[in-house]
Amino acid sequence: MKVQKKNTFPKTPTGISGLDEITGGGFPKGRPALICGSAGCGKTLFAMQFLVKGITDFNEPGVFMSFEESSADLSQNVRSLGFELEKLKSENKLRVDHVHIERSEIEETGEYDLEGLFIRLNYAIDSIGAKRVVLDTIESLFAGISNMAVLRSELRRLFQWLKQKGVTAIITGERGENTLTRHGLEEYVSDCVILLDFRVIDQLATRRLRIVKYRGSTHGTNEYPFLIDESGISVIPVTSLRLDYKSSKEIISTGLPVLDKLFSGGGVFRGSSTLLTGTAGTAKTILAAHFAMSSCRRKEPVLYFSFEESPDQLTRNMATIGVNLKPMIKSGLLFIHASRPSLQGLEMHLLTLHKLLAEVNPRTVIVDPISSLITIGSSSEVRGMLVRLMDTLKTLQINALFTSLTHQQQNEHNDATVDAVSSLADTWINLRNESRDNERVRTLLIVKSRGMGHFNQPQDFTITSKGIRFDQALKNIK
Amino acid sequence: MAPKEKLWQLRLYVAGQTPKSVLALKNINDYCKKHLAGKYSIEVIDLLKNPQFAEGDQIFAIPTLVRKVPEPIRKIIGDLSNEERVLMGLNIRPIILEN
Repeated sequence: MKVQKKNTFPKTPTGISGLDEITGGGFPKGRPALICGSAGCGKTLFAMQFLVKGITDFNEPGVFMSFEESSADLSQNVRSLGFELEKLKSENKLRVDHVHIERSEIEETGEYDLEGLFIRLNYAIDSIGAKRVVLDTIESLFAGISNMAVLRSELRRLFQWLKQKGVTAIITGERGENTLTRHGLEEYVSDCVILLDFRVIDQLATRRLRIVKYRGSTHGTNEYPFLIDESGISVIPVTSLRLDYKSSKEIISTGLPVLDKLFSGGGVFRGSSTLLTGTAGTAKTILAAHFAMSSCRRKEPVLYFSFEESPDQLTRNMATIGVNLKPMIKSGLLFIHASRPSLQGLEMHLLTLHKLLAEVNPRTVIVDPISSLITIGSSSEVRGMLVRLMDTLKTLQINALFTSLTHQQQNEHNDATVDAVSSLADTWINLRNESRDNERVRTLLIVKSRGMGHFNQPQDFTITSKGIRFDQALKNIK
Repeated sequence: MAPKEKLWQLRLYVAGQTPKSVLALKNINDYCKKHLAGKYSIEVIDLLKNPQFAEGDQIFAIPTLVRKVPEPIRKIIGDLSNEERVLMGLNIRPIILEN
């Protein structure tokens, strides 16, 4: 968590990774917040994580009042996320009260109120000293009670009462046709409203979160993708790019001494990002492998994302040109993560990446190729993801190398991926295969390199069993 | 004496001496005397004093009358001001006075 701003009111950390960042510290402390969304969008889980993390991370006991699932069902459903409700219950940190209203066995006559609900909630809160409360989803009452006037006035009273009680509460609500919630709960709970959304775009499911309203506080206004995986919910604030990272003056080698010399600095800056573009078969992966080796030689761990080749295939192919990755993998300096882009959504890839970053703690990250990601998301989404990734890598001072497959020889500017990231990359190298005198000639051109001068001529190179050779460039440099 | 299965066990949940609760108790007493004379028992539970009982009988509204016996459990919420509905809800046949 970052340092809280002075002027904002107290907030309660949500326990949902990434959400505190967007809300500027969490939910309004001591007030109810509304989470709405259609069926299956993750409301219950969201609320449960708020409670469970509240207990485990912030030592704030919690009450879960369930109007739908039974206590046993809840325990079972969230076990896969590592939430052990029964254990927390036995430690008196959590109470689950299942309010079950069986319409068929209830008759109504005369005046009544919902004091029974208040008493139950109050009893549950006081019995464990709860600081957090979840009501999931209180709209079920609308199906159980016929007197709407009573229900509405009691709901208003309930939310007032929760505020007085000083608990931070999450109220969940089912999405309505034209309203945020089917029964207009937003009318009562209006301090903080969060909308969850689940949609399928191009056969890939994406979950999104948006803060509709947060009274008295600044907040991110975008739609943020979020994930549900074995460790719960995490929100990815994709567009929180802040240009406040430090820039290193240290130069690192690209792994090819001749290529280094084409830059006036003698290499690229540490912590900078390099984009490698070219059509199929222009030796992008080979250059990436050289880049990886150079990092390994500096004893700096490398995380290599391979979207097209398996680790085995990659090491075999590189070995034929004299780049021996095997010992590096063995020594743990090189970690290759291979997966098909279409295996999971963009956000999942980003999350995997983040998790591996924390695990491997690399100094160099290679993504080969980023253009594969285009197949699973629109270009703006991919750009969003890459912006976030580059941002993270820069903040951590990690050298980044991205390769990208282009389709047109003539005009690489029209290419979607290149378009998306070329402006973000610090260094851009374009590889080409040219036909010259009945011969195919490989060339390399440094398109740009921020903060240093570079050769502007395409350099011919050949691939030999000992790696890449720049015969012509050698002469030029001398 | 009425046979055992004819015994009615009723439970009235209230929260303090509110007008609604007082009225509900008066109403159910009246109906029982009229229709179930000698065959019923009414237990009044004040949730302000015993909040832990609310969960077991799934009480959310106050006042709530619960028919524990005979089974199945039936619930009537409200001040029980409509006699016919209460009798219907409890499944007690009113004595129909003809002529």
